[in-house]
Amino acid sequence: MSTMVATNKKGFGATLWDYLTTVDHKKIAILYLVAGGFFFILGGLEALAIRWQLVQPMNDFVSAGFYNELITMHGTTMIFLAAMPLIFAFMNAVVPLQIGARDVAFPFLNSLGFWLFLFGGIMLNVGWFTGGAADAGWTAYAPLSTTSLGEGVDYYVLGLQISGAGTLIGGINFLVTIVNMRAPGMTYMRMPLFTWTAFVASALILFAFPALTVGLFLMMFDRLFGAGFFDPAMGGNSVIWQHLFWIFGHPEVYILALPAFGIFSEIISTFSKKRLFGYTAMVFATVLIGFLGFMVWAHHMFTVGMGPAANSIFAVATMAIAVPTGIKIFNWLFTLWGGNIQINTPMLWALGFIPTFTLGGMTGVMVAAASADFQYHDTYFVVAHFHYVIVGGVVFALLAGTHYWWPKMFGTILDDKLGKITFWLFFIGFHLTFFIQHFLGLMGMPRRYWVYLEGQGLDLGNLISTIGAFLMGIGTIVLLINIIKTSVKNEKVSGDPWDARTLEWAIPSPPPFYNFKQLPLVRGLDPLWVEKTEGRKGMTPAEPLTDIHMPNNSFLPFVMSLGLFIAGFGFIYQKYDLSWLIVLFIGMGITLGCMLIRSVKDDLGYHIHKEDLKKEAEE
Amino acid sequence: MSEHDVLNPKHMPHDPEKATLEGKNKFMGFWFFLGGETVLFASLFGTYLALKDSTNGGSSSEELFGLELVFIMTMLLLTSSLTSVYAMYHMKNHDFKKMQIWLGITVALGLGFLGCEIYEFYHYIHGYEFTMRSSAFGSAFYTLVGFHGGHVVFGLLWIIALMIRNAKRGLNLYNAPKFYIASLYWHFIDVVWVFIFTVVYLMGVL
Repeated sequence: MSTMVATNKKGFGATLWDYLTTVDHKKIAILYLVAGGFFFILGGLEALAIRWQLVQPMNDFVSAGFYNELITMHGTTMIFLAAMPLIFAFMNAVVPLQIGARDVAFPFLNSLGFWLFLFGGIMLNVGWFTGGAADAGWTAYAPLSTTSLGEGVDYYVLGLQISGAGTLIGGINFLVTIVNMRAPGMTYMRMPLFTWTAFVASALILFAFPALTVGLFLMMFDRLFGAGFFDPAMGGNSVIWQHLFWIFGHPEVYILALPAFGIFSEIISTFSKKRLFGYTAMVFATVLIGFLGFMVWAHHMFTVGMGPAANSIFAVATMAIAVPTGIKIFNWLFTLWGGNIQINTPMLWALGFIPTFTLGGMTGVMVAAASADFQYHDTYFVVAHFHYVIVGGVVFALLAGTHYWWPKMFGTILDDKLGKITFWLFFIGFHLTFFIQHFLGLMGMPRRYWVYLEGQGLDLGNLISTIGAFLMGIGTIVLLINIIKTSVKNEKVSGDPWDARTLEWAIPSPPPFYNFKQLPLVRGLDPLWVEKTEGRKGMTPAEPLTDIHMPNNSFLPFVMSLGLFIAGFGFIYQKYDLSWLIVLFIGMGITLGCMLIRSVKDDLGYHIHKEDLKKEAEE
Repeated sequence: MSEHDVLNPKHMPHDPEKATLEGKNKFMGFWFFLGGETVLFASLFGTYLALKDSTNGGSSSEELFGLELVFIMTMLLLTSSLTSVYAMYHMKNHDFKKMQIWLGITVALGLGFLGCEIYEFYHYIHGYEFTMRSSAFGSAFYTLVGFHGGHVVFGLLWIIALMIRNAKRGLNLYNAPKFYIASLYWHFIDVVWVFIFTVVYLMGVL
């Protein structure tokens, strides 16, 4: 299989098969982007339904039960099925290129991670069609979750278990990729900040997700197999779930936020035409945030009754995180200071991010104060806080990254005017939606209630909030129009449309499937900029033109994930009828059979011969 | 390195498991994976410690556990870890036959351990009506020890599959990392058992 992949147009069937079997990190990035984008829109529609229900007092747009499903699925979808995969989309698209690698360390596992995520995501949403989705909140606290009727929470448990396995695999993959696959000269302290944040986020995934895995297993045993972990009647303790969930859940915030910081660091540096101010401090702050992220989970549980000593310790540890985060904010500001600033869509998102995220961080310190948190807990103040952090930090970064790396991923550039319209609609809509929620919360409006009464001073605030949400929706529609328009126009751009600094811009857009014909020699931070300042157009190769080793495509990851998906139904419905165990065994048999095939069948990949590379260059 | 050199190396290097980039990646990736597994078991241990006295009026750990059987199980599993070290020693000396023999002994010891564990569970369920559903302690016990047992089953299937698959062609740079990480997995199972022995059984009867 040493022939070059044909570059001429393929039929739909061939393209589909290509994507079902691909192990190329760039194509997997596109799969993550499309699937994550789909779930982002789905979660957004759920959010709009929530806001429409709350547009006026005592509204009856949805029933109380359906409202519970909406809030649960909105949170779960946005965190696990939209934000995580979109982060993975950029990690896949960019990290191997930024470190000068030809692929990730485990291309097969990369594909497996994606399909596990997708089938898990579908599983989560199956509940909608079988009598009700999960309705116990995205945190699924016991005993609400263990006693929830129907199968909604079962789909939550199985869906998250499957997609969580995919995420863990992805995390390990990027850790090894970054440690082992860096190009000659790419030392740790020359790695772009996005790669650094991806690295630390991957380490967080590795150590945080297994806690969720265990929590979900215990929940599954309780709900489906009669165990009593969270059932006080059997001697169980429901607080165990809260601990396990937040031991995962708090690092999860940084798993999302750190790569977001990385994206903005790249953008701010590129469009200020300066190297990142305080690079070393930025790396240090990233690692420190990652470390502290594991020390603070119980600040979600101040009102559980852990006692003043535990509450104080977790409060102080939480406030400490403000220090490295503050370091980052100032470093971004100092990067801008005196820079040759160019304001385009990605840069607008970055500039909008800094004050927005700072606000979210400040309310974070407020809710970290344990005694004050007794007032904020379970009110809209908390809702406002975490949306400032997750939307103002992560979603802004994902939208910025979409505009920034679109040329690298697709070879076309998104329209800047439409991009700016998206930004302003979304940015204004965001602050309209969530700023007022701080005050709604302080006035005592609780989270997760489906109605509120008239004449309590909550009407106007909720109306404004709903208007803002719809502005964000319109902004998203403009982005979709932009994507369609750009794709139809299909105007190709150069490999380096932003006059940027890091390695991914040293190769064509979109890159050839082997990325680098010759591995580049990295001679400093911002390696492409180093070459540019010395008058060279591209990177100096670190090796002569040789054969390139490439991995084979495989259909196994898809089938392996499908097996778990099938087994999930067996797990759930055996609680009504044990004959469903057959489905469980069939599904697990498919997955384990695929693992056996993978183990015994040699898969050594293939080589692109240097003669073919030369021939291609001449064409 | 071409495909041919990987499958039929002209001479085997000292560390055949790390001689190729794929091998190095597997080696490191598996260590990371074991880091994640550590958190997994730590979470299970934490849950067990929180619930070990929640017997719901049923059997307690003092009534259930007998150290004799657990001692035999511990010896079987610790010895199997040692024999897997011998297997890796012979792998590094490129003696495929001896490696297979020691892996075979490892598998036999592992099966012995598994037999004891199945007997133990059977005994608890039928002798004491102590099950997953009888109390929170039961849930926590079977989940923690059962997760470990599940790892033993998977590890045995894995090592057996590797032994059969490569029985005819011997050692090369493609399968050496596979053998190596399977043995790492086996060591990890052993380490977890040391903690189960201490936290569950010793602390349960003392």
